[in-house]
Amino acid sequence: MPTIYIDDEAYQVPEGDNVLQACLSAGIDLPYFCWHPEMGSVGACRQCALVQYRDAEDTRGRIVMGCMTPVADGARFSMSGGSAGEFRENVIESLMLNHPHDCPVCGEGGECHLQDMTVMVGHRNRRYRGKKNTHRNQDLGPLINHEMNRCITCYRCTRFYNDYAGGKDLSAQASHDHTYFGRQEDGTLESEFAGNLVEVCPTGVFTDKPLVNEYTRKWDMQSAPSVCVGCALGCNTLPGERYGKLKRIHNRFNDEVNGYFLCDRGRYGGSFVNDEQRALFPGLRQSNSTYNAIESIKAIQTLVDWCVPGNKLAAIGSPRTSLESNYLLQRLVGEENFSNGIAVHEAALIEQISGILQNGSVATPSMRKTESADVVLVLGEDVTNTAPRLALALRQSVRNLAKEMASDMKIPLWQDEAVRVLAQDQLSPMYIVAMSDTPLDDIAAQTLTLCPNDIARMGLAIAAQIDSSVPGTEGMLEGFDTETQKLITQISDSLKGAKSPLVVSGTGSQNAAVIEAASLIASALQTNGADGNDSMLSYCLPEANSLGVTLMRNEAQISLDDICQRAAEGNIETLIVAENDLYRRAAKEQIDTLLSKVKNLVVLDAIGTPTLSQSALALPAATFAETEGTLVSSEGRAQRHYPAFLPAEQRDSTWHWITQLGQALALPGFDELDHFDQITAACAAEFPALQQICEASPLADFRNKGLKIPRQTHRYSGRTAMRADISVHEPKQPQDDDTPLSFSMEGSNGSQPGALLPFVWSPGWNSNQSLHKFQSEAGGALAGGTAGVRVLDPANTGSTSKKTNLPVESKAKKDQWQLLPLYRIFGSEELSAHSPAIQELTKKPFIQLTPEDATKLKLSAGDGLTVNIANQDCVLEVQVNTTIPRGCAGYSVGLPGACWLPPATSVNLGKAEIRANSRGDDV
Amino acid sequence: MHTFTRAETVEYPEQQPYLAPRYRGRIVLTQDPDGDERCVACNLCAAACPPDCIALQQGTRDDGRWYPEFFRINFSRCIMCGLCEEACPTNAIQLIPDFEMCEYDRQNMVYEKEHLMIDGPGKYHDYNFYRVAGMQIEGKDKGEALNENPPVDTKSLLP
Repeated sequence: MPTIYIDDEAYQVPEGDNVLQACLSAGIDLPYFCWHPEMGSVGACRQCALVQYRDAEDTRGRIVMGCMTPVADGARFSMSGGSAGEFRENVIESLMLNHPHDCPVCGEGGECHLQDMTVMVGHRNRRYRGKKNTHRNQDLGPLINHEMNRCITCYRCTRFYNDYAGGKDLSAQASHDHTYFGRQEDGTLESEFAGNLVEVCPTGVFTDKPLVNEYTRKWDMQSAPSVCVGCALGCNTLPGERYGKLKRIHNRFNDEVNGYFLCDRGRYGGSFVNDEQRALFPGLRQSNSTYNAIESIKAIQTLVDWCVPGNKLAAIGSPRTSLESNYLLQRLVGEENFSNGIAVHEAALIEQISGILQNGSVATPSMRKTESADVVLVLGEDVTNTAPRLALALRQSVRNLAKEMASDMKIPLWQDEAVRVLAQDQLSPMYIVAMSDTPLDDIAAQTLTLCPNDIARMGLAIAAQIDSSVPGTEGMLEGFDTETQKLITQISDSLKGAKSPLVVSGTGSQNAAVIEAASLIASALQTNGADGNDSMLSYCLPEANSLGVTLMRNEAQISLDDICQRAAEGNIETLIVAENDLYRRAAKEQIDTLLSKVKNLVVLDAIGTPTLSQSALALPAATFAETEGTLVSSEGRAQRHYPAFLPAEQRDSTWHWITQLGQALALPGFDELDHFDQITAACAAEFPALQQICEASPLADFRNKGLKIPRQTHRYSGRTAMRADISVHEPKQPQDDDTPLSFSMEGSNGSQPGALLPFVWSPGWNSNQSLHKFQSEAGGALAGGTAGVRVLDPANTGSTSKKTNLPVESKAKKDQWQLLPLYRIFGSEELSAHSPAIQELTKKPFIQLTPEDATKLKLSAGDGLTVNIANQDCVLEVQVNTTIPRGCAGYSVGLPGACWLPPATSVNLGKAEIRANSRGDDV
Repeated sequence: MHTFTRAETVEYPEQQPYLAPRYRGRIVLTQDPDGDERCVACNLCAAACPPDCIALQQGTRDDGRWYPEFFRINFSRCIMCGLCEEACPTNAIQLIPDFEMCEYDRQNMVYEKEHLMIDGPGKYHDYNFYRVAGMQIEGKDKGEALNENPPVDTKSLLP
């Protein structure tokens, strides 16, 4: 480690850093704007100036930019010497010349890096008497608010949006002091990661639009460490609450998972929590199908009556809620009466993936590690729409060629512009074999669209090319035309030569053979790839806890179909459904029959669903932001989310409802389950695969320097007035016995384990840039350790799972189309689809046809089309897409208003009248 | 010696003492010279308040102005320190010489926005925040705030 001297004090700094990063790591407050630990340096803002001296004798020195100066052993710098301090102040003064002075009405105020830096350099008085430049703002859609006057031209926005996230529609325009950052014309920002501009922008040019419309300052928000439930990746989030409403979701740094960025589904998909249709009280269904609100004690009594021994009982859990809730429900009814509530075909796929992850020989990388892949093969998955944040990681992986070239030239990687200019358009290869075009296609070396069975066959052919001993792949290559054969050879050669090849697949294609093929390619690479290669295999899963509930699965558990059958036989009197909308799991007819056969349907849910509205007793559950729970992400990382605020009225955590019921029924063991930690421990003891979940986060008795960790900032305002309209007598602060966090401003935030970081703030650093104060070094892992624990070992050397049946070549029948599932980041996921901002971006349920098929059916884009399946007509809007494989039709999965369609079925299609507004709410 | 000085004690409440306009009594919310609400719900008063007795929620009006959806002060906690007035960037909050707030029921000490709003600009007659700050609102376009040039033409390459 080199030693550098700052103001004659020696610091040991990491080799290869720049001076700015080294200063921040050493705890020296050097102001900066354009540098970002994830995006490197460009030296645009001239803010991080220091004086560098030639040697100890040099007294004059010269001004250098910290972010552009590499550390060198013995280098001498001064923060205050010479004119460095004055230089920094002058830079801020000139950046502020055109500032509109509208902090009171700015959505960044109070967490503004520009405010912090202005105070830090000591600039106070405006000397310039000229006029300010102004700019017209743009409407950038429902997510981002634009206020261009506040810009300081640091270029972070375009560097993130274009260079990092691959967006095309945001650019720097005009010249000199007219520089403008915006789109060519008004319109919604196209990138799925646009929301990160809110955090990337050091001032208030890009702010969170839903938040600004009902704004709360950062210091007034109560927040707790949480985990996104928008997909299975388990990105770490910080939901902020005020007056019982979820105000916003910010990124929570996790160096192995989401790093500094979230996708827009994760950032804006949480406001379903504020849905006014959510019930506040348990509801008992009356004969006229309306619900009577009842007290929770009465609801439990009713439940006890319905669950008495001898009554035939069954329960359905959910992959979108915590391990604890699922475990308790299973324990309540017994595993032979419990289904995890995953659609039958999907459950098989997830189990297959879970088997591969547990027993396979190839490591599943963390999301961060996928960024290090030098060749990527995406097999049958539209990553941007099923696991959005992973797509952003894959976008970084294609830059590894550039990084390698830069390393060869001895250019440090933080020299962002130099690295990009060196490589120009050259990218590390990424190959995408999918069912239609995907948003990652622009960085792919080659793309091909096929139907799932053909994707699997192609995958097997690639595996056979890499390792001819892969069983069952003989002659696989010959089934393809010469062009595809050439592509297969290209892909397999490329993968074979890679040091860190990555295969990405998942449940998106809803095809077991695709999943198998991906695993075969990855393990073939391990044995026959480049010497010492670090082959990786990553699977995308559908829901936040899909893997968790699958790891909980045992032989005795039953499937959703078994439940239906039991009900049909009249063997279910009381059915408890926890946080699951069964209409998203099977055909409407099947669920209608099931629910009609059940005498007492009890549904616990946080949102209104068609299943809930059929229940005899509806119990209001708490959302991810109101309760604690452990989720297992698709990489096998168990992570705990904590309540940011308490559920209103008689809403309660699912785990607490079930505990109360179990205790009321006097079931054995339930009297020992008073606290959340006891439930987690019991769950860990029960399932071998989940043994480590207690280590995901410290337990409730953890104290930071003897204190709880505060959910509120030290400047949380209005404590003696916010409830004063109800009663002027302030209640006691709510106690939290289930977590190490407190619902108050008292306690200690800092130096606790990384999993317990409720907000980032440090003296002088009010913005989220204060994160480096919580990191082991600027840009490094959290000082308190990375949140979460991997329950699946990174490289479990077991035997690969046994082979599935080989996929057959797809041949479409005459006048029939094979349905391909297509996902959308906005709308395909159940919970986020209830968020107003997401709803604005959600499209109508659609079906995509090739131009030839559309012509054949005499349809054009925007027409209605009926899909008839299981006695149900499903009307979808036609979209024409040239990339859909022939004989196939891609349908939107899960969009509000769409009906459930079974995967991989062939259907007849017919024209239909489309209703003016078929995007109705499914509540 | 005090025997010969005039007594300062007055027969309050029959006799009212003179209170200077700057006397720190309870707060009011004032209007700008154009008769519109001055408060922009920036939350600085709440943050400055030592007993944390101000709570408010920002909302955005159709004309683009920020305003408090509710503004509540719990005068039973207020210490009349005036820090909220000092923090207020729009001169909306002003302390007035009214300190006589006696109630038998403490709940009546909780004042909402409608109890606090007055029909005038108070001590500062001319100040209108939106005429100074650059934010665009209905009736005041970009470039029309204090010391501003008209919006730049981003398509122009002229110096």
